Amino acid sequence: MLYFVIRRTAFAAVLLLVISAFTFWIFSALPADPAALTCGKNCRPEVIEANRERLGYDRPILEQYGSYMKGIFAGRDYGEEGASIHCSAPSLGYSYDRHECVTTLIAKTLPVTASLAFGAFVLWMFIGIGLGTMAALKRGRWPDRLATGFSVIGVSLPTFFLGLIFTMVFIIWTGLLPFPQYAGITENPGKWFSSLILPWFVLAIVSAATYVRMTRNGMLEVMNEEFVRLGIAKGLPRRRLIVKYVMRAALIPIVTIAGLDFAFLLGGALVTESIFNLPGLGKLTLAAVVNSDLPILVATTLVAAVFIVVANAVVDVLYGYLDPRVRVK
Amino acid sequence: MTDANTIGSPLLSVRDLQVTFGTREGDVRAVQGVSFDVRAGETVGIVGESGSGKSVTANSLMRLNFGADVKITGQVLLEGRDILAMSEEEVRSIRGRDVAMIFQDPLTALNPFYTVGSQIAEAYEIHHPGTPKKQLREIALDSLAKVGIPEPKKRIDQYPHEFSGGMRQRIVIAIALVNSPKLLIADEPTTALDVTVQAQILELIAAMQSEHGSAVILITHDLGVVAEITRRVMVMYAGKVVESASVDDVFATPTHPYTVGLLRSVKSLETQRHSRLEAIPGTPPSLINLPKGCPFHPRCAHAASLGGRCNADEPALQQIGRSETRCHLDAQTLARLGEVRA
Repeated sequence: MLYFVIRRTAFAAVLLLVISAFTFWIFSALPADPAALTCGKNCRPEVIEANRERLGYDRPILEQYGSYMKGIFAGRDYGEEGASIHCSAPSLGYSYDRHECVTTLIAKTLPVTASLAFGAFVLWMFIGIGLGTMAALKRGRWPDRLATGFSVIGVSLPTFFLGLIFTMVFIIWTGLLPFPQYAGITENPGKWFSSLILPWFVLAIVSAATYVRMTRNGMLEVMNEEFVRLGIAKGLPRRRLIVKYVMRAALIPIVTIAGLDFAFLLGGALVTESIFNLPGLGKLTLAAVVNSDLPILVATTLVAAVFIVVANAVVDVLYGYLDPRVRVK
Repeated sequence: MTDANTIGSPLLSVRDLQVTFGTREGDVRAVQGVSFDVRAGETVGIVGESGSGKSVTANSLMRLNFGADVKITGQVLLEGRDILAMSEEEVRSIRGRDVAMIFQDPLTALNPFYTVGSQIAEAYEIHHPGTPKKQLREIALDSLAKVGIPEPKKRIDQYPHEFSGGMRQRIVIAIALVNSPKLLIADEPTTALDVTVQAQILELIAAMQSEHGSAVILITHDLGVVAEITRRVMVMYAGKVVESASVDDVFATPTHPYTVGLLRSVKSLETQRHSRLEAIPGTPPSLINLPKGCPFHPRCAHAASLGGRCNADEPALQQIGRSETRCHLDAQTLARLGEVRA
């Protein structure tokens, strides 16, 4: 098992290196000129060229990538208008648009996205697995229809639509909640909570729909397995049978998908963050796209990739732990 | 373990068991009025083709018939208590303790997520809650050794996928016998196994039976398997028992045309090398649209000689020597039915 974990971690590290190179190359191949973006609209060509040289954009792409990677591990200095700004490790670049180290920007926005993702994740797993289990146990009766109905509605509702409806109902019409204004959990927990409760539910409802179906179908499938029949023949109490035999088997594939979904969400929930005015990674990315802020785009892409790769590795290890059949000796 | 109050009265008494499955095409009458007794410690075989109702009968004894629309009527009396009339909780307490079951496919019968040791221990713990962990482990080790798993100390912590099919069936048997049940139902216990392993498993079931004193109901389509360990056989066809006799009588003097057909379709060493295997013509009837009269008549060579009786009336059980048979032919013909065998 330890060997498996080590091997999996090494693989993840190599994968990340490849992804970083690819991302770096993709963005350098864009038609946007990074040097031109460093000074305002009415910039003179001489300044652009000077900046290009000063910032190293004239160097070969491989060398640029090298100093970028070096920056991640050792920190890096960026020159701007005569002054030199130091971004300490791990430096993911410098935004000339915002005049800030990219790492600082990400450190500010990531907790917002993490709060959003984590809360929504917990909620949707509860709703998804709960409703799915209920549907499977009461197959064909009204709880099943209710859960299946919820699932169909959830799947077909886009995030932005549900988000706007929620805003209208809970904030504008009934005034149950204040207009969302994000605050960190440590500085103002009440405000943090009230700004996140609606986005949590929006994301949870939209994502839970799939989990309801997966849980329901998975459980119904497992219930037909011979080993479940043996469990009944042993005289297992129903509750124990459902948990130890049916759910245990049915939830394993769900763990895989849940891990990836969560990681994907951590990379930034663009739409939800925009609707509810949450200053998270998604909004940062969106703004960077609008302003062609390449250093931020490279960095947020990388960060999202890290989450996915790490989640993949964690899911693999977890899978080996949950299913003895795939465990490597 | 025949104690005073079970002598005389049977351990299990099935009376007029009827099992019907509701489907979109109509009602499937899988079992129609099956009655039989099993005495303590006795071994009874139930033989029949697929769809004859033998497995459905077996499952009904523990109320293991599931599905949306199952109707079971009749009585299944275990030591005088009707299992079909029990509450869900009462049946649960009987399952695995008084009546245990061995399934057909050992590859899918064990829970892949738990070690074999914990699955054996669990079967004991369910009916003996509060047993200390250490003792449970001892019991599991002991069971593994008894069913012939080599190196039980090493194997106890392994998972089902680390065992061969035959070994897994031994573990299923260990689970079934851990509570020394009064009745063991073996539903095609050797069908999924290699021929060489089949005999070992049958021997093991017989050995375990004598050790625990359990009665055994062995369900199979294989007359050879029945001959190996049972004394009494019931032959089922289309949801009914068509012949009930001792194993010796069934082989020596079968008294039902269907049994005769079954015996002829078995290849033996005496069969001529290039001779064709004799099969029973036709296929088993649909249980939704059963033929009128005797369900076997469309496939029966004797039906024509009885001039329409077979497709009009259902035959009643008649006693031929020591056998019971469900056929319209007269007693003399039935008694000599087996002699016609070529």
